Amino acid sequence: MTGMTDTIAAIATGMNQGGIGVIRVSGNNAILAVNKIFIPKRNGKEINKLDSYTAAYGNIVNPIDNDIIDEVIVLVMKAPHTYTKEDVVEIDCHGGMQVMRDILHLLINLNNIISKEVNNNRLNNNNVEDELLRVRLAKPGEFTERAFLNGRIDLSQAESVMDLISAKSEIAAKTALSQLKGNLKNKITDIRKELIHNIAFIESALDDPEHYSLDGFSDKLKDILNDKLNSIDHLIETADNGKMMKEGIRTVILGKPNAGKSSILNVLTGKDRAIVTDVAGTTRDTLEEFVSINGIPLNIIDTAGIRETDDVVEKIGVDKSLSAMEEADLILYIIDSSVPLDQNDIQIMEKIKDRQVIILSNKSDLDNVINEKDIRKYLDSKIIEISAKEQSGFETFYEELNNLFFKGRLSYNDEIYITNERHKAALVSSAVSIKNAITSIDDGMPEDFYTIDLMSAYEQLGFIIGESVEDDLVDTIFREFCMGK
Amino acid sequence: MNNNLEETYDAVVIGAGHAGCEAALALARMGIETIIFTVSMDSVAMMPCNPNIGGSSKGHLVREIDALGGEMGKNIDKTYIQSKMLNRSKGPAVHSLRAQADKVEYTKQMRITMQNTEHLTLRQAEVAEIIVENIGVSENEYVQANNELSTDNNLSAVKNNSSTGKKIVRGVRTKSGATYYAKAVIICTGVYLNARCIYGDVVNHTGPNGLSAATFLSDSLEKSGIPVRRFKTGTPARIDKRSIDFSKMEEQFGDEDITPFSFTNRAEDIKRDQISCWLTYTNETTHEIIRNNIDRSPLFSGAIEGTGPRYCPSIEDKVMKFADKNRHQVFIEPEGEFTNEMYIGGMSSSLPEDVQYAMYRSVPGLENAKIVRNAYAIEYDCISALMLNHTLEFKDIDGLYSAGQMNGSSGYEEAGAQGLMAGINAGRKIQGKEEIVLDRSQAYIGVLIDDLVTKETREPYRMMTSRAEYRLLLRQDNADLRLTDLGHEIGLISDERYEKFCSKRKLINNEINRLSETMVGANKKIQHFLEEHNSTTLKTAASLADLIKRPELDYICVEEIDNERALIKEEAFYKENISKEVIDQINIEIKYDGYIKRQRMQVDHFKKLEGKRIPKDINYDDVKNLRKEARQKLNEIRPENIGQASRISGVSPADISVLLIYLK
Repeated sequence: MTGMTDTIAAIATGMNQGGIGVIRVSGNNAILAVNKIFIPKRNGKEINKLDSYTAAYGNIVNPIDNDIIDEVIVLVMKAPHTYTKEDVVEIDCHGGMQVMRDILHLLINLNNIISKEVNNNRLNNNNVEDELLRVRLAKPGEFTERAFLNGRIDLSQAESVMDLISAKSEIAAKTALSQLKGNLKNKITDIRKELIHNIAFIESALDDPEHYSLDGFSDKLKDILNDKLNSIDHLIETADNGKMMKEGIRTVILGKPNAGKSSILNVLTGKDRAIVTDVAGTTRDTLEEFVSINGIPLNIIDTAGIRETDDVVEKIGVDKSLSAMEEADLILYIIDSSVPLDQNDIQIMEKIKDRQVIILSNKSDLDNVINEKDIRKYLDSKIIEISAKEQSGFETFYEELNNLFFKGRLSYNDEIYITNERHKAALVSSAVSIKNAITSIDDGMPEDFYTIDLMSAYEQLGFIIGESVEDDLVDTIFREFCMGK
Repeated sequence: MNNNLEETYDAVVIGAGHAGCEAALALARMGIETIIFTVSMDSVAMMPCNPNIGGSSKGHLVREIDALGGEMGKNIDKTYIQSKMLNRSKGPAVHSLRAQADKVEYTKQMRITMQNTEHLTLRQAEVAEIIVENIGVSENEYVQANNELSTDNNLSAVKNNSSTGKKIVRGVRTKSGATYYAKAVIICTGVYLNARCIYGDVVNHTGPNGLSAATFLSDSLEKSGIPVRRFKTGTPARIDKRSIDFSKMEEQFGDEDITPFSFTNRAEDIKRDQISCWLTYTNETTHEIIRNNIDRSPLFSGAIEGTGPRYCPSIEDKVMKFADKNRHQVFIEPEGEFTNEMYIGGMSSSLPEDVQYAMYRSVPGLENAKIVRNAYAIEYDCISALMLNHTLEFKDIDGLYSAGQMNGSSGYEEAGAQGLMAGINAGRKIQGKEEIVLDRSQAYIGVLIDDLVTKETREPYRMMTSRAEYRLLLRQDNADLRLTDLGHEIGLISDERYEKFCSKRKLINNEINRLSETMVGANKKIQHFLEEHNSTTLKTAASLADLIKRPELDYICVEEIDNERALIKEEAFYKENISKEVIDQINIEIKYDGYIKRQRMQVDHFKKLEGKRIPKDINYDDVKNLRKEARQKLNEIRPENIGQASRISGVSPADISVLLIYLK
């Protein structure tokens, strides 16, 4: 498990649009790390020179390119008189998810950014200062957990903290699982397998140098590592997309083919992204768009129309639609009011009858042939008449959205975001470890130094798919290499 | 048994193998009146398998034993016939010292040392019984019983059950009925408990080399509530040197410049003529013979039930498991200076005698081989070390300790290390002093014992460098810097040796500090020096330490630009204490400084968790939200701190969080 002295950061306020957002940092490195990205205004003091419980006004700046990210107020609180009993820094920023995310992102990658910069300027990659800037993303409930472990909260509060943490990890676990369907897990498993095999080979040779020789192995290993690095970089890109996907209220647009789903998506996003034609079954994959409607973040997933199909490609699209539907927070069900409800509509309505649904009755520009009673036989949700073509009726839909959101009937949680960001952080850190190993190869370090970094890459990747290290190495050595007298 | 003989000692050690000898010597040297029992006076510190000490990670153990004041390093220095530093081309963390031993001489020298140590009695006898007295219910069982029924009946049932409850050891009884009372008893029985040696369909109920097995002690242990299990290992044949054609083999020499195992020895003082080993290979014919006869192997037919080690497979295991390998290495190693017996490393086996002949003779150079001793597999009783504390004392039996192969480990060095620690802790307990537990960041010994008492081992456990998380810090070259303070505090390192050590340490630190603070500018002299050594010239000033970090430079060569060096070299303190070891240490500490600091930081994290102690009376059933598997494992192993708990397989990070919160 992770040590208790490392420094953690997270967005402390809910992730809503507007208002002030607070990023909280706690741990030994908190002040140094924030100092690195904060430039005071009006000849103010650097924050590492501030007294406890004083604030400074200035900019958060990327230390590499000096880009200003946001104008902020920073509050410094020194151990032990803080919530966690550790050094705590709070950054009050203008809010807005993008800004908070950028600052958080900068913080947790700070040591990598700096060490990369340092590495470019010298041979030796051993830098202790990196460690002093290391900040990682907090686990759900971790500030409270620290407050608790450091004796800040009394025993009577134990149970509620406990419940909180276990509840949150359940959500996190669920998210992790849903995200890991399909290829991602396989890819990571493959990378790990190859890593551990090569580590085990090195270790076998170290353990039994008279049996296994490492002559010429470094060059081969370097090729392998570069290849793995590419795969990981690719995954990091995917993680960025994945992250966007998970940030808003997961909203799925459903409806039979050609009911106008993609047209509606285009109206909502103001972009011409989905391929819109009159041919039923055009949208064969799911499309995802992030929009903010009156400050409510929606992550809209357009789906292929759901219908029985023999077309293999379309079938895949339909399956994806069904699985997106199961994970949705909100379903926008589109019916084509210009044609009568058919078997396809009924199938869909039966599938979503227990879900949070808004019915958008599209094509109000044409003659409405559907009776509300027909729909009520299957669904009890609010029906709003709109026309994607004429872009009318959408205000009513936005009002209904507001209504649901502020009554708390629609919600989303930041743990989903956290989970993704943590996965990404793990990918990035495994990439850094592999790069360190490559640097060691380039510097002509002995082979036993590679395995230290490679093991940590292996561990980080395992973290994404929920596997720990335990005795993997020793087991692999014995399984794959013939050892001993 | 009608025998009224009774004697009283402070401590009893059962078995005089590598664990027993270290345990008994440590105890006696701490001033504890000690008796050690051996089944045969001729088998003290016997090496029944490979004729060498050390090797990858095992060499580290021996250096650590020496730094703590143990005997193994000194004994092999007296009796080696070849010495080699393995992995010299690799990083300093994996340099490993290994020496071929003269087996007979090794045994003899250890016996001489034992017989001339004050407070130590060496006695030939088989111990048949451990005398254990019930003194009540252990906290653990009390809590469990309390939870199960919560009635007085149940509690008293636990108290009266002879196989459970808190107990205390009182002494031992020999097969002949003599009683030896003691405050502490250390079991170091190796592979002798109910031992069976097997090849083909031949089964001998003996220990190694035909020595008699110990057949009573297992029962006595089980009566005391200590279940035993069955492990297996094996050894290759010994072949008459005169029947070997060495011209078909590659000669393997020892190092020209040897490194002693003991920090008390200087290379020049123990230098001697070395004897070569030889390398040859198996081939398809060998493998064919094995495959054709595999049904006659007791391992494959199921006659052997014990669990064998994966790292030390028999040749038949290798051939069956790694079918794609068309040859395996075979090392021919002398068993001593005055014997013709050669050890056939890499070809241990339990195949029948005729198959053994055929397969050995298929190997180049062994065509006319005459076997002196058959290869065989050996099965024996041992315990699960999960029953032990980190001090190697039984959790539920006060004063009873166990060390060596009895704990499910394998190897002379692993045994010696445990024996030493068990001896030290038994002695400390008798002295009323605090126990001594090495952690994973201090020593390989710490890794070894922590693994044994924390993780379930399903095969004999062997040390490996990959098991040590902080191996950059746990080098064989700095074992003295890590452990001599402790050895001195325990009383196993003499004041004289300690003073010498302190001076060595002081010189190393002085020089490292001085080199880090001595700056050189980018002047002509320096640039010239750097160019001469094919090193990049300086743009700004740098410290001498910065320059030593470069692969092409070191402490010796920078003397040219180190202006103070000439003066310092004239100082008496420098002259008295400078050595190759000191220079190596300066180079290593400076060159790998960055990596070393990174590991130190990991160690800081690790120490935090080790520092979080778990109360002995914790009831895991009260800890809500623990997963079932974790609860079960925690109940069984009862870790001493959070760090140990986190290393138990089946206990997840989430379980640890839950536990941490419960504890606060």
